[in-house]
Amino acid sequence: MNCKRLLALMLLPLLAICSFAQAQDKMVTGKVTDAKDGSALQGISVMQKGTKNATQTNAEGVFKIKVNAGAVLVFSSVNYASIEVSADAASLIKLTSVAASLSDVVVIGYGTAKKKDVTGSITTIGAKDFVKGAITTPDQLIAGKVAGVSITSNGGAPGAGSRIRIRGAASLSANNDPLIVIDGVPITSDGISGSANPLNMINPNDIESFNILKDASAAAIYGNRASNGVIIITTKKGKKGKPVYAFSSQVQISEVAKTVDVLSAAQYRTFVNTHGNSAQKALLGTANTDWQKQIYQTSINVDNNLSASGSFKKVPYRFSLGYLNQTGVLKTGKFDRVSVGINLSPTVWNNHLKIDVNLKGINTQSKFAEEGAIGSAMSFDPTQPVFNGSKFGGYYEWLDGTNPNKLAPRNPLGQLMNRDNKSQVNRSIGNVQLDYKVHFLPDLRVNVNLGYDIAEGSGTDFAPAISAQYYTDSGTSNKYKEAQRNLLGDFYLNYVKEVKSLKSRFDVMVGHSYQDFLITKYNFQSFQANGQPRSGSLPPQFPYDKPQNTLLSFYGRLNYIFNGRYYLTASVRRDGTSRFAPENRWGTFSAASLAWRISDEAFLKGNKVLTDLKLRVGYGQTGQENVGERYSYLSYYNLSGNNFTYQLGDSFYHMYKPGAYDPKRRWESAETYNAGLDFAFFKNRITGTVDVYFKKTSDLLSTVDVPAATNFSNRLLSNVGNMENKGFEININTIPIQNNNFSWEAGVNLTMYDTKLTKLTNVNDPNFVGNLVGGIDGGTGGNIQIQSVGAWPSAFYVYKQVYDKSTNKPIEGLYEDLNRDGQINEKDRYIYKRPEPTVLLGFTSNVSYKKWSAGFVMRGNFGNYMYNNVWSNTGTVNNALSRTDVINNTSSNVLYTNFSSRQLLSDYYVQNASFLRMDNFNIGYTVGKVMNNKANLRLSGNVQNVFVITKYKGIDPEIAGGIDKRLYPRPRIFVFSVNVDF
Amino acid sequence: MKRRFFKIIGMVAIVSGSLIGCTKDLNRYPLNDVTSETVYANAAGYKMAMAKIYGGFSTTSSVGTDKSDIEGVDAGTSEFTRMFWYLQELVTDEALIFWTNDEGVPALRSYAWDSQNVLTKGLYYRILFTITLCNDFLSQCTDAKLAARGISGADATNIKRYRDEVRFIRAYQYWAGMDLYGNLPFSLEVSSTPPSQIKRADLFKFIESELKALESTSSNLAEPRTNEYGRVDKGAVWALFARMYLNAEVYTSEKKYDEAVVYSKKVIDAGYTLATTYRNLFLADNNITGKSEFILTANYDGIKTQSYGASTILSHGCTNNSSVATDSLGVIGAWAGFKTTSKIVQLFPSALSNSPDKRASFTGGSNTTVSNYSDYANGGGVSIIKFRNLKSDGTKGSDNTGLYVDTDFPLFRLAEMYLIYAEAKLRGGNGDGTLALNYFNSLRRRAYQSNAGDVAILDLDLILDERARELHWEGHRRTDLIRFGKFTGGTYVWPWKGGVATGQSIDAYRALYPIPASDLNVNLNLKQNPGY
Repeated sequence: MNCKRLLALMLLPLLAICSFAQAQDKMVTGKVTDAKDGSALQGISVMQKGTKNATQTNAEGVFKIKVNAGAVLVFSSVNYASIEVSADAASLIKLTSVAASLSDVVVIGYGTAKKKDVTGSITTIGAKDFVKGAITTPDQLIAGKVAGVSITSNGGAPGAGSRIRIRGAASLSANNDPLIVIDGVPITSDGISGSANPLNMINPNDIESFNILKDASAAAIYGNRASNGVIIITTKKGKKGKPVYAFSSQVQISEVAKTVDVLSAAQYRTFVNTHGNSAQKALLGTANTDWQKQIYQTSINVDNNLSASGSFKKVPYRFSLGYLNQTGVLKTGKFDRVSVGINLSPTVWNNHLKIDVNLKGINTQSKFAEEGAIGSAMSFDPTQPVFNGSKFGGYYEWLDGTNPNKLAPRNPLGQLMNRDNKSQVNRSIGNVQLDYKVHFLPDLRVNVNLGYDIAEGSGTDFAPAISAQYYTDSGTSNKYKEAQRNLLGDFYLNYVKEVKSLKSRFDVMVGHSYQDFLITKYNFQSFQANGQPRSGSLPPQFPYDKPQNTLLSFYGRLNYIFNGRYYLTASVRRDGTSRFAPENRWGTFSAASLAWRISDEAFLKGNKVLTDLKLRVGYGQTGQENVGERYSYLSYYNLSGNNFTYQLGDSFYHMYKPGAYDPKRRWESAETYNAGLDFAFFKNRITGTVDVYFKKTSDLLSTVDVPAATNFSNRLLSNVGNMENKGFEININTIPIQNNNFSWEAGVNLTMYDTKLTKLTNVNDPNFVGNLVGGIDGGTGGNIQIQSVGAWPSAFYVYKQVYDKSTNKPIEGLYEDLNRDGQINEKDRYIYKRPEPTVLLGFTSNVSYKKWSAGFVMRGNFGNYMYNNVWSNTGTVNNALSRTDVINNTSSNVLYTNFSSRQLLSDYYVQNASFLRMDNFNIGYTVGKVMNNKANLRLSGNVQNVFVITKYKGIDPEIAGGIDKRLYPRPRIFVFSVNVDF
Repeated sequence: MKRRFFKIIGMVAIVSGSLIGCTKDLNRYPLNDVTSETVYANAAGYKMAMAKIYGGFSTTSSVGTDKSDIEGVDAGTSEFTRMFWYLQELVTDEALIFWTNDEGVPALRSYAWDSQNVLTKGLYYRILFTITLCNDFLSQCTDAKLAARGISGADATNIKRYRDEVRFIRAYQYWAGMDLYGNLPFSLEVSSTPPSQIKRADLFKFIESELKALESTSSNLAEPRTNEYGRVDKGAVWALFARMYLNAEVYTSEKKYDEAVVYSKKVIDAGYTLATTYRNLFLADNNITGKSEFILTANYDGIKTQSYGASTILSHGCTNNSSVATDSLGVIGAWAGFKTTSKIVQLFPSALSNSPDKRASFTGGSNTTVSNYSDYANGGGVSIIKFRNLKSDGTKGSDNTGLYVDTDFPLFRLAEMYLIYAEAKLRGGNGDGTLALNYFNSLRRRAYQSNAGDVAILDLDLILDERARELHWEGHRRTDLIRFGKFTGGTYVWPWKGGVATGQSIDAYRALYPIPASDLNVNLNLKQNPGY
């Protein structure tokens, strides 16, 4: 931009004001910008209301139009909500973008399409609509934003991952994570040693958009990996032009919002004096220690990001650098991440060859806090001091002679401090994509994508010899190491032909893909702190193992558009996987969908109210080949470890064990029917999508009993089950208020769904109740959930508690004899409630006034229940007083129930965990030009995890799986950020 | 246009052709795990496969103490000897369990177990898993297979001995199944076809025929006491014969006391001798101190054979007092798991204060009545110290962390043979009464370390009591009480029988455990035992 034009631009508002003074038929000039990021908008239609007098904005967002006095201008675009402004006040127009606009490009897998041409259920979330604040992993960017997608973080540890579910879970035993594709490279969902979350290896700041393929008609192009939906992540690319730099810096302050309700020291003294024997009373100390206060801290984190984008000798580039430093609210936990991203996207041969190179490198350093301290802090006697000058680093410990008592909890603070579990992970993901528009046939594109994803994680878990936890082991020093390599080769041809005579547009794609996953897992001996082998530890039988699996695929897709408003998409994929026996290894997955743009029909065209309407219906088949097992279609013999040998005579012999096998095992397959409507009212002031779906999973893998003496295990992962899943989703985005100074956007999404197991066994036996799952704390082998036909997956399976009629309190050990056979045993357990919600709600709102903006994201889950294992495990008298040499603290719930023994399977502990949570509240202020107009500055503040409204009695109603054991509490985070663009 | 078309087709063909070549990449093989051809290529491999079959007595898995070969039961619990002990002891007067939150335990405590109980299920599957391993092993040991693999000479001779040892273990496992569950699925090969069910009496005949073959002249088994420690020899065959014939009336309604006399005598005459002190039988180095008396053992080692098996839990679990655990048991950690009833305490004279019968080894105070069966610390009652991780010289077992123990668990020992001889004789077997009395008194003399405990006349009640004194907590009690007609019904009640403090009658059908519902569901050949 030369100086003259810059000057002109700056004078524009002035000109506009000047024009006010003139008479009729004046010239109005102004600039149109994006309300959110202030960027100039090109191609916005500017029309004098009620006339045909119109123009468009130029590349700088500037327009000029001659109007009558008092005229009203209408600004509109498919991508933005239209607004009307008096011509007199039209110098600077801010338009608000529609959440997913019709001309937006949607990534559909092996290609792209325009939003308006999409026939499946695909949600696109672009950078503008990401959740703001302390975002450390990519999944947090879209939490609460998309109907049908639930994202539950695995607690508050630094770098902790999330559980992502699209339209609920499709599987019981196989992987339920959606397939994640980054710039065309499907990544593995297997985590790597040393990293809690496969997705935290991507810097969220590098992400341009998420495309979520929810229904099978869209996802089927990913064949036998698509049953759980597909999330396609596209990273930011270089933009042509002068270098543009963006810098952001965040300071985050985290604090624990809520701790577990256990007895205070005073309460505990009374408790022990009431229930304990003389030996136990004598153990009471004189201190008053709040152990939970001891282990948690307020932590300060920083996240800095710098990016540069521009072109160098006509090669557009983007370079980014990120540094995240997080400290856990649980003392000693740390997470450091350095990330580098490079994108080059040159176009050569007269625009015939587009090259896209993406390289991402990341290094994380973690120090994992010993999370066992969370449980210890709940049960450690509050009358004992933190320190007593002991030989265990000074920490007070329960003793057994001079050793730490093995059956007592460890000093929680000592557990944290005397532990150093560090890991380092390096990962690089990259790809080179060549897109060649054939010289002699420009309608044909040849696309080759070569990608890799390599990672290496390693670490050492160390505890000094004085650590009480490892005292009798003389400390510990255990190494771990793992490497992963994932290679991708993709090749497809795309032919697009518009045949005017047939009013038709054909878009045909055929392709082939090869992907190979190799893991190298190293085995190590256990060592003491001083480097000597630990007592009883022997060198590993094998130094490493190298599990590998390979996928081979052929695929094709046709997109056909007739007359600009009737759409057909059909796809087919043939997939082969190394996981299954040769005769079961190949499968074909097909899909078809139709769409009808009703709003382009004569009877709706030009309608001022309903401005867009599209009907979609689709059907598709998908599969889930990631069943965990890699080789077990054959029986392989496994050699026992060195601690598992058997003495025959004077020698110990390793044991060869034949492995269980299932030659018939294959992928799970799903069929989905989907119907949806996309609509817009009042020129995009209200846009939305409604979808209903029905999904049937068959060949569901379930671990089922096999007849005894027929295999080398009594249970086997077999394709025996069926499951049905149906749901309704609605996503509405509105811009209720939009004028030049003030705008308000609000979005709501609602999901209702229901899942039911319809078959679980090969043999239909009415006496079969189901498979127990959901291990709980307290005793060994306890399971609180069941997979049972006719019920939700993992429904709670419990005894029906009997309550005292006068006090309404549960009566210990008294349950209803549901089958009326006079005794209470396993047959009296019943299915009661479920861990997953029936309704998910997301609500977002953003208000901007002049330079200020404010917004929030709220999420609600309804109909979900939680098993309060904290109460059931620790809230009893015996838990506190079962021994004469140690006494334990308990959940305050014991004061209510007065239970003496654990009643683990009582439905009393299954509690309503519906909630409404404000995830995020933010305020921003755009300072505007600073530093001699060289830079644009924006300041913002956020609060994360603002509040939760729930009836649930534990610390947090949101725990994936529905069993509350010892959650790492999700902190409340206050964030201050500065963004500078220059 | 046409040429262009062919050009494109050509390009597609080249690229896809090169990729289709990759289909062979869909054949992937594990790096460390091997196929049967590798395992059974030589005699060393055979021995390691056999080690797995023996290993099921004392380990839960090949890979971790928290892992199991058996699914659906707590991994640590799932070793043969521990589960066998649970089902033989916890439902009798010998043992009470306080791990009330362990799955399956409450139903044993209340005598209300059903076909879904994980402990009855766990042992059932452990037994049939071991049988499956045996069947697989035996299919690899045929003369034809050995010849095809070019194994001959000493290797072939050794493998044939392994074969007969494994055949014995299969018979032993079928015996355990017959005793506990009655009518088992019956299979002698690994096949995906669900096996048929064999009636208890027919299973008895099968085991009998197997044992006959194993003691015959064509048997490759070692003569008694000539095999390596821990391995089966003909002594074990005779011992199982003796035990099975003693209980034949229960299994088949046919009396076999003559045979019980014959086979117990065969073992007795084979050269086994009683260990000098009773305590030495259950120590960390009992592979040495108990060797002369042991006929077959489940072998443990604190480092090389780790598990939460019977020896480990009985050492840790018999006290809640950490210093008792450290000083008297040689383990770190008192797990407060087990006690005994007053009925057992009463069998010993001045049981709690220096009894002349040195087999009395009670701990936990002076109140022998368990009044609160969920409160280990305060509920009353005493426990038994029997299995210790201490060596005969007083030093501790090999695992310095004090967790896993070295103590081997006897599956058959000479003392039981003495008592079988005496009992079979009393029940009408063709034996020598004086000899029976001598055998009986030789156990008493070891217990008293003098002849002060000698008895003059034997009767059956005395035998049952002596079995408790001698063999308590070794996994015999349920079988004994059934043989004496005292397990079910109300003729004999003990504290907490039937789940009440004073004891009450239990139904006759509970003399057999149920076939697990999980197997009934998938094997339609199976019928449930009556009552369940």
